[in-house]
Amino acid sequence: MKKIVLLFFALIPFLACNNDDDTTTPVVESDVSINFTQSFDNQSITANEFSNLEYTNENGEQLSISRLRYLMTDIVLTDSDGIETVIADYNFVDVGESTGAVLDAPTKFEQGDYTLSMRFGFSDADNNGVYTDLNALSWGVPAPLGGGYHYMQMEGVYINSEAVNTNYQFHTIRAAQNPGDDVTLTDTSIAVNLGTITIDGSATTIQVNMNIENWYKNPNLWNLNELYTMLMPNYDAQILMNENGQDVFTLGTVTTIEE
Amino acid sequence: MFLLASCGKDKDATVGYTQTPAEIATPLIFQQLIPEAVIPDNNPQTQEGIALGKRLFYDTRLSLDNTISCASCHKPQEGFSDSRALSLGVNGTPGTRNSMPLTNLAFNYFGNFNWDGSAATLEEQHEIPITSPVEMHSTFADITAMIAADTSYPLQFEQAFNVTNVTKTEVTKALSQFVRTMVSGNSKFDKYLLGEATLTAQEQNGLNVFLDETRGDCFHCHGSPTNPLWTDNIFHNNGLDASFDDRGRGAFTGDPNQFGQFKSPSLRNLAYTAPYMHDGRFATLEEVVNHYSEGLVFSDTIDPLMKAVANGGVQLSDADKADLVAFLLSLSDPSFINNPAYLPN
Repeated sequence: MKKIVLLFFALIPFLACNNDDDTTTPVVESDVSINFTQSFDNQSITANEFSNLEYTNENGEQLSISRLRYLMTDIVLTDSDGIETVIADYNFVDVGESTGAVLDAPTKFEQGDYTLSMRFGFSDADNNGVYTDLNALSWGVPAPLGGGYHYMQMEGVYINSEAVNTNYQFHTIRAAQNPGDDVTLTDTSIAVNLGTITIDGSATTIQVNMNIENWYKNPNLWNLNELYTMLMPNYDAQILMNENGQDVFTLGTVTTIEE
Repeated sequence: MFLLASCGKDKDATVGYTQTPAEIATPLIFQQLIPEAVIPDNNPQTQEGIALGKRLFYDTRLSLDNTISCASCHKPQEGFSDSRALSLGVNGTPGTRNSMPLTNLAFNYFGNFNWDGSAATLEEQHEIPITSPVEMHSTFADITAMIAADTSYPLQFEQAFNVTNVTKTEVTKALSQFVRTMVSGNSKFDKYLLGEATLTAQEQNGLNVFLDETRGDCFHCHGSPTNPLWTDNIFHNNGLDASFDDRGRGAFTGDPNQFGQFKSPSLRNLAYTAPYMHDGRFATLEEVVNHYSEGLVFSDTIDPLMKAVANGGVQLSDADKADLVAFLLSLSDPSFINNPAYLPN
């Protein structure tokens, strides 16, 4: 019996060796981060630029930004085999508080090509959930407007057609008709597909930029004099925002730290 | 042996006293809707710490001339605030801002305590009134000397923190533990959300006004039924003045964009916490509502959420104003101000 055992162990090195593949390539993995940034006509906007009345939208209105908070959801990397990895169910960005700008993936990724996708705001399926952290941020939408959560709060001052500094509130939510008990809702969250990204090196940082000027110009020329306030219960305004928001988010630089 | 080890009053010769953990009594509606209370790792809630904090809270010897305690400006029957617009400190010196109600502070997830956010933590916050010349005007050297000379404080501190040399740290920790226990979540409106009460037609319409962006639009700063704290805990210039004697948040940060900003207070317990605003300028809720309806004043840092400033505000009807006040009062919680756990022994 002892001889049999010894023979078995003596054979292990040979059994474990694959003669056809002596050069197995070790799997190389990278850390991945997403960096959410914002700009207006290529001018970067952070909290430091808040309240400067120095941006001009497509319709010619001069404006500032003093609050910018938004919600990106279903943030997913999909590999070339179609396998999806969720980086985060949602990420709340508050530019003024400098929170949410950098989202670190919870796991490493094998090096290679991936597509990056996400959604602006919650889809209807997710918008009915309870998110305690978002509740504490007063991010909810009132029940008469269908409940759920804001997609974005962008606020500031613009100079109106009478040259008066005027507060605006560009809030995007799920579009609601007939607010109240008989409200009907349209999902106006926006699918954001950012294309292919190569993950390489020891760490990859992917910039996703909000091009704020696009909220105001394409396909609908936005006139702040007409649409500057009380936009949440304005169904048509929410539809226009959804249409203009289709090209707001773009892929920025992808930075790799070499191993 | 296990029973002995778990008893807070017993002292182990090598490790000192073992404290008895205490939980924050979290209302059901909070459990359903918002994250858990924030308890710092270096100051866990204990029965011994809470009891000690409560004793300190009501002890006038924490002030320079032994005349006022924390409770002098945070009176239980006034929602742990003060009916004076500006509280009186030692020697009758008035303060500079209205006393903030002490409610649900364990659920402030963002820190930044005080009207201007000048204290990052509750422990840090407690240093300010104790040493402020217009409040208690004391020193921690005097307070710790008083504690050392007291017949029972030293043992209480040792039981709570295993220290024999009491410092500012333990004093502020104990006060913070007590204040964190002060939770209000049993108003009529809370019961309504739980299906245990019915709103009147006036209260229901008041809620609708509150939630309507074209009328009250109160929810953006003060939350909605999904935020039972009834505050966003951040800072706004709500259009009180064209220029600022008190720069609020901006005075603390130095950022001109924050001049005139003050923290949104919770709307809980408004029935007890008059007067209102950071300087207590409004004696009644009706005055507050009138301010937002037609009294807004433009300034460079006015919050964009203040609408129709050129017209003074959103111009609520008299009926909507009255209904809004009725709804706001439904957020008051008599069980909070009468809770024996918060009252002096």
